[in-house]
This record gives sequence, C-alpha cells and structure tokens, in this order.
Amino acid sequence: MLLEQTLAQIKEKFPDPVLETTEFAGEQILHVKGQDILTVLTALKANGFNFLADLTAIDNLTLGGYERFAVSYHLLCHKTAERLTVKAYVPEEKPSLPSVESLWKTADWQEREVFDLFGIIFEGHPNLIRIMNPDDYEGHPLKKDYPRLGRKERGDFPVIDRGIQKQKPSK
Amino acid sequence: MNHDDIKSNVLTTTLESAINWGRKNSLWPMPFGTACCGIEFMAVLAARTDIARFGAEAIRFSPRQSDLLIVAGRISIKMMPVLIRIYEQMPEPKWVISMGACASSGGVFDTYSVIQGIDQFIPVDVYVPGCPPRPEGVVESLMKIQNLIDKEKLSDYALSSSK
Amino acid sequence: MKHVIDQPLETDRMVLNYGPHHPATHGTLRIIMELEGETVTKVTPEIGFLHSGFEKLGEDLNFNQYITITDRMNYLSPLCNNVAYALAAEKLMDLEVSKRTEYIRVLMCELSRIADHLLNVGMLAVDLGAMTAFLYGFRAREDIYDLFEKATGTRLTTSYTLVGGLMRDIPEGFDKDVLKVLDEVDEVANDIETLLNKNRIWHDRTKNIGIISKEDAISYGISGPMARASGIDWDIRVNEPYSSYQDFDFDVAIALNGDVFDRYLVRMEEIRQSIKICRQSLDKMPTGEVIIDPNLGLSLPPKDEVYNSIEGLIYHFEITMPHRGMTPPVGEAYVPTESPNGELGYYIVSDGKSSPYRVRTRPPSLINYSIFSKLIEGHMLSDAPAILGSLNVIAGELDR
Repeated sequence: MLLEQTLAQIKEKFPDPVLETTEFAGEQILHVKGQDILTVLTALKANGFNFLADLTAIDNLTLGGYERFAVSYHLLCHKTAERLTVKAYVPEEKPSLPSVESLWKTADWQEREVFDLFGIIFEGHPNLIRIMNPDDYEGHPLKKDYPRLGRKERGDFPVIDRGIQKQKPSK
Repeated sequence: MNHDDIKSNVLTTTLESAINWGRKNSLWPMPFGTACCGIEFMAVLAARTDIARFGAEAIRFSPRQSDLLIVAGRISIKMMPVLIRIYEQMPEPKWVISMGACASSGGVFDTYSVIQGIDQFIPVDVYVPGCPPRPEGVVESLMKIQNLIDKEKLSDYALSSSK
Repeated sequence: MKHVIDQPLETDRMVLNYGPHHPATHGTLRIIMELEGETVTKVTPEIGFLHSGFEKLGEDLNFNQYITITDRMNYLSPLCNNVAYALAAEKLMDLEVSKRTEYIRVLMCELSRIADHLLNVGMLAVDLGAMTAFLYGFRAREDIYDLFEKATGTRLTTSYTLVGGLMRDIPEGFDKDVLKVLDEVDEVANDIETLLNKNRIWHDRTKNIGIISKEDAISYGISGPMARASGIDWDIRVNEPYSSYQDFDFDVAIALNGDVFDRYLVRMEEIRQSIKICRQSLDKMPTGEVIIDPNLGLSLPPKDEVYNSIEGLIYHFEITMPHRGMTPPVGEAYVPTESPNGELGYYIVSDGKSSPYRVRTRPPSLINYSIFSKLIEGHMLSDAPAILGSLNVIAGELDR
C-alpha cells in the first residue's frame, strides 16, 4: 500500500542515489548513497513517513557492504502503521553526510551520539560535539578497530591519600 | 596530639567508647547512587527494610554534612572526577561503603568506560557483593561499619608522621 | 512607597550548575542553567555520566548472554527490556514461540509497567514535597518484587527470557499470589489518587507546566505516556501488536493538554489498565511448553536431562562451545515494543556468528529527554524538578 507506492516513487524519482531495496524478515530496507540522504528523506517525509524512530550507524569493516559505514534511519508512518529502514552508505576516507536535523529535531542528539561513537560528521548540524564520552576523549569507541578495554583511560585518576593513619582492625 | 602521648588509660578508653557509641549510632549516609544499585538503596530507605532503625535516617545530599559515603552503581570515567571531588569535601571521620559488584570491581562491564573498582583511587571500608545486593546485605554492611567504628582509637586520627 | 514597587527589578544573569550529583536529578544528569532572577532563560543538558559501553559489550557476548546486560538498562522495569530483546532476536532467526510463553511475557511486562509507573509518580511527588506517595508506592513495589523473586529468582535484574522461550515456567500457585498483589496495588493507586488528584498544591505546581504540543512531540520523537498526554493516539500494543497483545481487551489513556499534570494522570490510568490486562492473562493462560526444543540448538536443555541422558549432555556441549549452537542468518531486525517510557526497540545486525555484529537499543529516555531544554524556557527554577520528574529519565538507558 503506502510502502510499496512510496518505494516505487522514490526509485523512479531518484534513480542515481538509490542503490537497491532489499527485504529481510518481512521488512523493507532502502539503500542509498550518503550524500543524497537529505533529499530522499525529505521526499519520504512528504509522502507520509512523519516519525523518525531511530538513527544509528553500523561499521561494516568485517561484514562487507557498499561502503565502510552505514547510517540507518528507521521511519514510521502513524497513519498506516508501516515502517521503513533507510541505510545511507558513507566511505571511510570522507565520513560525512548531510544532517537531517532540519526535518526532525530528534536527530540532534542522536547524530551527536553517532559522531561521538563512530566519527561520522554531519554537515549542517548546529552543535556537533561529543555527548557520551568526556570532552577530551580521543578516538571513537564503537569502531571495529577500537579495543573493548580502551586505551588506558580508565586507570588515569589520582589516588587519594588521606594524610591520617588508621589502624587496621585487629580481627 | 602526638601519637606517643596518647596511651591507653582508664580515662581515654571510656572516652573512646563513648565517642564511638555516639558515632556509630548516628551515621549520616550520603548516597552516591548512579544505577540499579541506587534503586535498591532506595528500597533500603523505604518501609520494609528500614535503615532508620540503625540511626542512619538523616540522608544528607551534601558531602559537608555527612560521614558515610555509599557508592552505589557503576562509575564511568566521566563521573570519577565528581566522585573524587565529593569524597575530598567530606570532613573526617568518614567511611566508604562500596555497594554492588560494579563499584567494587567493575562488575559485568569490562569496557573502555567503566572504572574497574573505586578502591584503586579512594579508600574503601566495606564491600557489598551482589548485582544488586539485597537490602539486607546493605544493612549487614552498615553493621560491619558499626563494628569497625567500635574498634577505633583516638590516636587513629593523628596525622601521619610523613606530613 | 509606590515608586519603589513600580520600578522593574534589575537582576544579573546567573549560571547555575544543577550538578551530576543532586537529589532531584534522577541519576547522573547535569544541567547548566542560565537564570534571570528566578526565571530560566537557557538550559544546556549534559549527559554521558553513566556511559558503560553496552553496545560494545554486545559484540563479544553471545545472543543469550546479552540478556543479562539488557536488564541493566531500564532498571525500573527490567522484564520489558528482556522481552524486547528476545523479540528482536526471534524475528532475526524467524522463531515461533508458544502461546503460553507469550502470555507469561505479557503478564511480566505489565507487572513491570505497574512498578515503573508507581516509582515514577512517587519520585515526582517527592521532588515536589509530597513524601507519602513515595512510601506508598514503594510498599506496593516490594510486593511486586516478591512476585518477581518467586518467578525468576531475583528482585531486580531478572534475565527471565531466553531467545525462543523463557528461563523457566511460573511456579504453582503463582496466579493466586498475583491476584492478591493486584488487589493491593489497586488500593495503593486509590490512596495516591486521593492524596494528589484534587490537591490544590499539586494543581498549582503541575498544571500548565511543561506543555508539549503535538507537532513538537512528533518532531522530537516522543513516544509513550508523554506523547499520549499530548493527544497523540499511538500505543504500540494496539497499533502494532506483538506477543499476543491483540488477544487482550484494554483501553489506551489519552489526555489533551500535555502538561505535567496530564502525564501524571495518564500514568495512573495506565496502572489501572495494566491491572486489567494482568487479570485477563491469568484467566486465559494456555498450557504448553515454555522451554524450547534443544534440537534447534538455541537454548540449553533442562538440567536433569543433561545429567541423566546422553542426548542432553551432547546438546549442552554443542550449545555452549563457541562457534557452534546458535547460527542466525545474515541480516538485521528491529522490533518496537511499548515500554513504560515509550518505544523501546532493539536493532540487531548479525553476520552469521554466535554473537551479534551490532546491538543497538532505541533508548526512549534519551529521545524524550532531548525536549527538556525547550520545555523549561520561561518557567521558574522550581519548575525544573517537576518537569524532570515527569519526563521519567532513567540514566541507565540514557547513557547505555
């Protein structure tokens, strides 16, 4: 219904940005090029997908795919209760794509989180700074080549010496 | 007060036991609750397990007015400077309970962002295991702090000779 | 005297740090407020004080081990998180669960919803000075904890579901215990409403504070009781039903103004509707198995089979050794569920190995919190705890 019509329209209007549409577990996924995501999402929003449920990124280093990073947007249409996933591919050498904060205000903090954890830059974002990690943190933790145990930040604090001598309790 | 001058005689032992009795029965805890252990700590304060029975009812959120710091929950690298600053603001005498597996040793979270045990940086008196510990476990830890206070001497709080 | 009162009061702009450790911020939130006298002009929230790397952990644990981590996200209603993750993993692997599993999951989700709303209303009341609602709410919550302990073994971090079923079945006599607790929760809800609904002080402190309009709610991605209090008629249990919610008969609470008072009313009404759903689920509980067939290689066989039969021992070995057992297809799945906070969903991407390639939680607390800086502008400083309390921000889910 709305979903099939919309997908057909989008493939017709934007033949170049749309890479393919796949289906998995009963859901449709639309794969597009990262640079044109704003135009595609504007068209989808005008067609009835009025709610952006989730915005996140996947590092395709060992999974494979069109490019290294895929930013995925989960859209919902309240009127017909249909969902659509849109994946925008961004290469490793130039990880940046337009921000969709002008369409949905919820993209503000979620794009900051993707920047913090993956290092993907969103052009046009009003305030792209780190949100989860401290401001002086180096590196982007959720990339596949970043170690899980970190790079020694978690041992880097002063040890408190109280300056009094407490006897050990005699047990 | 020089360390050598205070020897155990009748007057100071009675004074010590009076001071220790007063301190242990009126501990003023300061909850530093960050995560799930914070919710279990709220259950300790509520009606079924009631920590007010032990005199620890006055929960003060100001470090200057409390003497027992209860660190409940995982401490991340962004929160650790805050914890150190709050610990330093508390006046002596002070005790620290490390509640839960995450505060004691990092718990299930062996990642880039969780401190693997606050005792690497601040001195801890009692550790409470559990994820989260039962409220009865927290009450037991409070009783252990009371036992520790019982054994304290006046000369404990003399400044260490290196300073 | 008259000319003194007529002159405008000159004040300087002050920056106040509502720090990460503060009794009225529920958990580790930091808000930097710029005040002009008592009126708030601009607010910058800072989050991330509890960031623990949940999503990085997910890439090293296998599918069933990650369920223990999902408990620690929204720690006021951990069973809802377990169910949401299990649904996403089951959709990825295309598994069917038995009807009995679905009804028990519904029962547990609704009990968690009651516990979450009771605590949220209690904390909102405590921040505004009404201590009694907190103590009443906690008394009912302790009884719900007793139920969880009978069914799952622990009070808070339950880890009850498995991918494809449940950890174990509910014990004998559980339905009588649940009915007793539901009657008590009904009375506690009556008590809280008697104290607060017609209270002049409550009305003054919560009406017309923090109004969210419908357009703002959709643009900021708000869902759950906060969206329903602004008039949006969207409840995932009704519009996109999962886990047999279509078999149950309940109403969806909607309010029209979108202020703090309406959010409180919507949550109290949701407690009543959850009690209704729990009673229906106990009445119509089907019989069947909740532990899935170990032949499928997904979950461990029961312990007496492992110790007493050779097939059980072989299945146990096959499933626990790495790179055997669970082998999902290459793909991704996202299942939205209705948690007490809003739309909670897990987005799992798999590359065919026994641990997920990427696990992402769609955190309702983070998305609902982003509207805070807009809501508080123009209000007084003492309205900040009221608005924060009504947003139900849970730091574990916010920072993950």
